[in-house]
Amino acid sequence: MLLYLINKEIKLELRNKYALGGIFLYVIATVYTSYLSFKNIIHPATWNALFWIILLFASINAISKSFVQDSNGRQLYYYTMLKPQTVILSKMVYNAILMTFMSLLCFVFYSVFINYLVQNLAMFLLVLLMGSIGFSSILTMVSAIAAKTNGNFSMMAILSFPMLIPFLITLIKVSKLAVDGIDNSVCYPYLLVLLLINIIVVGLSYILFPYLWQD
Amino acid sequence: MANLKWWKIAAIVLVLYAIIAGLLMPVPKLPILHESIRNLYFHVTMWFAMIIILLVSLVYGIKYLSGGKQYHDIVSSEAAKVGILLGLMGTTTGSLWANNTWGAWWVNDAKLNGAAISLLFYFAYLILRSALPDEDKRARVSAIYNIFAFTMMLVFIGVLPRMTDSLHPGNGGNPGFGGYDLDGTMKLIFYPAIIGWSLLAVWILNLRVGYKVLLEKIQNN
Repeated sequence: MLLYLINKEIKLELRNKYALGGIFLYVIATVYTSYLSFKNIIHPATWNALFWIILLFASINAISKSFVQDSNGRQLYYYTMLKPQTVILSKMVYNAILMTFMSLLCFVFYSVFINYLVQNLAMFLLVLLMGSIGFSSILTMVSAIAAKTNGNFSMMAILSFPMLIPFLITLIKVSKLAVDGIDNSVCYPYLLVLLLINIIVVGLSYILFPYLWQD
Repeated sequence: MANLKWWKIAAIVLVLYAIIAGLLMPVPKLPILHESIRNLYFHVTMWFAMIIILLVSLVYGIKYLSGGKQYHDIVSSEAAKVGILLGLMGTTTGSLWANNTWGAWWVNDAKLNGAAISLLFYFAYLILRSALPDEDKRARVSAIYNIFAFTMMLVFIGVLPRMTDSLHPGNGGNPGFGGYDLDGTMKLIFYPAIIGWSLLAVWILNLRVGYKVLLEKIQNN
């Protein structure tokens, strides 16, 4: 059932192409704006921080519509047919896939236009993957909460920032290590923290979403 | 005074004791800290009281989710407000202390960032509440956010500061207060001060909840 729902999300997304295209265009436009503003960044810390900030806002933009796009009728249909846990997990997995593609695209464009400074590519890609999964699980749950307030975008940002900032700071720290080509063993404790936050968010969402859902 | 409950009297006595003894009793002479070590009785104890009162908020949030009683929601939200008050007091006392000890009102320290983000969490909680007009929905959604806020706060002030060095006294990886070099006399004031500020917080909460319950009664009539 979980796979079926994920499949449905992907099909739905591919069907109205403007949403998916909009997200990718948002990323590309932001990177290009940064390129025009900064031209070329040679300082690794700045390069790294800017990359993650672009990705942060792109993620908020991409995921904020997760629960808004389902019409009331469809939600009622889910409500009678499915366990709420299945719904939240399917959305999280789908968003994680979407975010992974988006962050890879963002990385490629960012490298082409602004600069490529990564020395430990494998670790950087791992961090990128962890970041995508983390952003998607945090933002999916927050978007479920924000949808209850008739889904305005500023509410999404206000509610998600306290959760995202520590996650983002840890991400920036560990990806800076990867950019500088520091040995993998130094990165592991940070990856562990990212994993911990991820597990907590997914676990809490799994427990609490049923309460959120009943209307 | 006749109808003052015992714990309210205890709150008055303990807070007075913390203030008077905290400012007058001898303290160990440590480098850098000197007399500013007395802030331990105010700054640190207020953080303790904040955690306790936010825990109350969490527990009543969970109670609301399992029972659906409006009273639980009132306690939960008012406790969060008292927690914010204590958090602001803790930040202010810490900031005053930092300006004298470190020479700056605010520094980039893992603990300070954790505290700021925790406050941000609870401000967001209040905004979320005000954005939901429907009573039942507001209680339910905000209780869920409350559980998130408290759990994440534990991670931010409990786990993340351990990853980096902090400027805080007794640090170097470990944020526990065991490193404070507490001697006997300091413990004699420190622990009662925690209890005193916590009781005071509960008292404020008690008044706020009573006020809200009365308000609810008037509106329903």
